[in-house]
Amino acid sequence: MTPADRRAVITGVGAVAPGGHGREAYWDLLTAGRTATRRISLFDPAGFRSRVAAECDFDPLASGLTPQEVRRMDRAGQFAVVAAREAVADSGIELPGADPERVAVSIGSAVGCTTGLEEEYAVLSDGGRDWLVDHSYGVPHLYGYMVPSTLAVEVARQAGAEGPVALISTGCTSGLDAIGHAVQLIEEGTADVVLAGATDAPLSPITAACFDAIKATTANNDDPEHASRPFDGRRDGFVLGEGSAVMVIEELESARRRGATVYAEILGFAGRSNAFHMTGLRPDGREMAEAIRVALDRARLDPGDIDYINAHGSGTKQNDRHETAAFKRSLGQRAHEVPVSSIKSMIGHSLGAIGSLEIAACALALRHQVVPPTANLSTPDPECDLDYVPVTAREHRMDRVLSVGSGFGGFQTAMVLGRPSERRGEAA
Amino acid sequence: MSASGIRPGRRGRSVVTGIGVVAPTGIGAARHWESVLAGKSGIGRITRFDPTGYPVRVAGEVPGFRAGEQVPGRLVPQTDRFTHFALAAAEDALTDAAADPATLPEYEMAVVTASSSGGTEFGQHEMENLYQQGSSWVGAYQSIAWFYAATTGQVSIRHGMRGPCGVICGEQAGGLDALGQSRRLLDTGSRLVLSGGTDASLCPYGVVAQLSTGHLSAEDDPARAYLPFDAAASGFVPGEGGAILVVENAESARARGVPSYGELLGYAAGFDPTTDGTAARHTVLVSVIRRTLADAGLTPDAVDMVFADASGVPAEDLAEARAITEVFGPGGVPVTAPKTLTGRLYAGGAALDVATALLALSAGVIPHTAGLGRPAPGCEIDLVLDRPRQTDPRTALVLARGHGGFTSALLVGAGDRDALKR
Repeated sequence: MTPADRRAVITGVGAVAPGGHGREAYWDLLTAGRTATRRISLFDPAGFRSRVAAECDFDPLASGLTPQEVRRMDRAGQFAVVAAREAVADSGIELPGADPERVAVSIGSAVGCTTGLEEEYAVLSDGGRDWLVDHSYGVPHLYGYMVPSTLAVEVARQAGAEGPVALISTGCTSGLDAIGHAVQLIEEGTADVVLAGATDAPLSPITAACFDAIKATTANNDDPEHASRPFDGRRDGFVLGEGSAVMVIEELESARRRGATVYAEILGFAGRSNAFHMTGLRPDGREMAEAIRVALDRARLDPGDIDYINAHGSGTKQNDRHETAAFKRSLGQRAHEVPVSSIKSMIGHSLGAIGSLEIAACALALRHQVVPPTANLSTPDPECDLDYVPVTAREHRMDRVLSVGSGFGGFQTAMVLGRPSERRGEAA
Repeated sequence: MSASGIRPGRRGRSVVTGIGVVAPTGIGAARHWESVLAGKSGIGRITRFDPTGYPVRVAGEVPGFRAGEQVPGRLVPQTDRFTHFALAAAEDALTDAAADPATLPEYEMAVVTASSSGGTEFGQHEMENLYQQGSSWVGAYQSIAWFYAATTGQVSIRHGMRGPCGVICGEQAGGLDALGQSRRLLDTGSRLVLSGGTDASLCPYGVVAQLSTGHLSAEDDPARAYLPFDAAASGFVPGEGGAILVVENAESARARGVPSYGELLGYAAGFDPTTDGTAARHTVLVSVIRRTLADAGLTPDAVDMVFADASGVPAEDLAEARAITEVFGPGGVPVTAPKTLTGRLYAGGAALDVATALLALSAGVIPHTAGLGRPAPGCEIDLVLDRPRQTDPRTALVLARGHGGFTSALLVGAGDRDALKR
C-alpha cells in the first residue's frame, strides 16, 4: 500500500477532563454548555494574580490505578494512563496483539511532569532555602519527573508497545502535533496502531506564577464560572486547565478487518511557525492561515468542504483576534458560514493536553452531529465577528471539521477530520 | 498526497550539509574532532556548583562557553543554557552549510530538536524565587525558557524558519528521533531542517534528579568514571552540550552547490516495555538495528562502524554487546564510543554522536574509545581502543537508548565533503 492508501482513523477515545469522569461525562459537559472553571483548590492561590482554573476531580485509585502506579506517576502520567485505558476499552482492540513492533505511542505534553518536579523541589530545597538541594530526600522516581518522556513510557507500557514511542512537546500545539505524528507513522507504514493524545497537569504554583508574570491568564477571580470568555468582548486572558485525551488511531483497513467502529478519519494536518515572537502573535494570522491551507490541500478539500471549526479560542485578547483573521484569510467567505466554537470556555486551557481534548471533542461532534458551544459569550467584539455558537450546543450536519492550535514558540497547527464515510477526494 | 503530506514514490535523499557542535570536547566541529582524535577528555570535577556533598562529583562541562559572545545579547537572559548552546550550534551549522535562511523559502525551512529536561537550571532559579520570595518574584521569561520547546521556538524565530517545527523527547534517544523526524519533514515539503539536540542540566537539582536512576558513576577520578564495556564499568558521567545539524534534501543541497558530510540512509525506533528498570533486554535493540538496515535497503556487511550507546551500566552494556554480536557476528564490526570523552549528554548525546560519525566518515577514520582498559567478560565486540583506525569507513550506525525503554538507530553514509580530512 502507498502512503495515500494507508488512512488513519480514530477507533477509541478516552478522556480525563475537568467537570466529569471519562469520555461520556466529558461530552455531556460540552453539550450542556456547562463550565468547569472554579477557584483553584489544588494549591492555595492566595497571592496569585489569577486564582481560577478548570480542575479535574480525579481520584487515581477510583480511576483504576494501583497504589504503586500512583506513587510512581506524576498527575499528568496518571491522567494519560487512565485516558489510554478508556480509549483501548472503547476501541475493543487487544494490545499489543500479535506484533508489538507495529504498536506505537505518540503523546504530547507542554510541561511534562512539572507538578511532581515542583513538589519534590520544594522538599529537596527545603522550601527554596538551599540551592544545593539535598539528595537524601529524593524520591525513587524523581528522574521520571524531570524528563517528560516518562509520560509516553507509561502509556507504552500499558500497551506493551515495542514500536516507536515519542513524547512530543511543542507547547500548546503538542496535542495536535502528537496526533499528527501518529498519522505520519501509520501512513508511512511504520505502525498499524498508535495510542496518541496528550496530557498536562500544570496546576501548580510555578506554572501559575509564570503565566501571572506575563498576564496571560485571567484576573477575573470574582466570577470563576464565567472567567473563560473566548471571543467575548470582556475576555482578559485564558483560564488554566488540566487533563488528557488519548485515542486509538489505526490504519483503516486493519480497523475494518477487526470490525472496529470508526469515529473519524484524520484527513489532513500541517504545522507552521510564525518565527515572530515566543508569545506574541501578529494580528493578520498569516502562518496559521498557511497551516490551514496546507492541511486542506493534503486532505484534498476546499474551504467549502469544512462544516465546523473547533477553534483554539484561548480567550486572550490577541489570540482570538489572530485566529479570527486566520480563518478569514484561509477560508474566505466560508469562515462566515460555518459554526466556530471554543471548548476552552468550559474546560479551560490545559496547555499541551488541550489539542487532544479538542480532537476528541471533534470526533464526538462528528459522531453525534452536535457542535459544542462557546460558553460565556455574551458581549460582542467587533474584531471577532464569526458565528461562535454562543452558550448553547447546536445540532448541525457535519461531514468534515477543522481544529487548530496555536502556542508559545510561535507554533501553529491545523488538522482536518472527516466522518468515516468521507473518502478523500469524493463528494460528500 | 496523504494526510501528513507524504508524496507517492520513494523517500527522497536527506544529506547533512552543516554541523554545529557545543560539547565538553570543544566548541565548534573542528575543535571537537581534534579532541576526539587525540582522545582528549572533557570530563572533570564539576565547577558549575560545589559537588562536595554529592555522591557524583565529575561531569562533562562545556569549557569556555560565554553566552554573551555566542548568543544575541537580548536572548541571553531570556533563555536557559540548553537554548544558548543550541542557538550557538545552529548558527555555526548554518555558516558551515553556507546556508542563508533569508534567501530560502520561509515555509520550506523547519526546526526539530530533541529535549530531555528543558531549561533545568533556569527553572531551578525561578522555583527558588517562588519559594523564597513569592509568586510575584518569578520572572516573565520563565514561561518561555523552562519548557521543552524553548529551543526550537527560539531557533525558528532567530532564523525566520516558518515551516513545521517540532520537539521530540526520548531522553538519550531523542537526538536520533529528531533526526529521523527531519527526514519526514524533508519528505513532506521542507527543503532544509535544523535538527539535533542540546542539554544543560548540570545544576544541583538536575544532577540530583539523575541520581535517582542509580546509573551515575560515583567514581571521583575523571579518567575512571565512565568506562563502558569495561570490566571496571561503574555507570556513566553526566554531561552537557550537543550538536545541531543542517539536514537538507539532496536536490536542494545540489542546487545550492554545497557538499555534504553524509546522508541519513536509514532510521528506526522501538521501545522496550519491560519494567525492570535496566533496559537489559537486547531483543528490541536487535530488531531496531535490523529495521534500520531494512529502511536503508542494506545488509549488516555494509556497516563499517558502530557508534555504541555505551551506557556504562554493566547490564546495559552487556545487552548492547549481545545485540551487536547477534546482528553482525562476534567481532563482526568495529564498535566505538567517543562519548567517553564527554559523558552522556541526554538530548545532546545522540546528536553529537551523529556529528562525530559524520566527521569520521569525511575524515576516513574510525575514532577510538579513549580510556578503556580491560573489556568486560561477555562483551564480544571489536572495540576500537587506543588509537583511531584509518580504514576509510563509508557507513556508520549510531545507536541510542533513552531512560524508560526508548531504543533508536540511525545509519549514515559518507558524503562528498572532505574539508576535515587530514
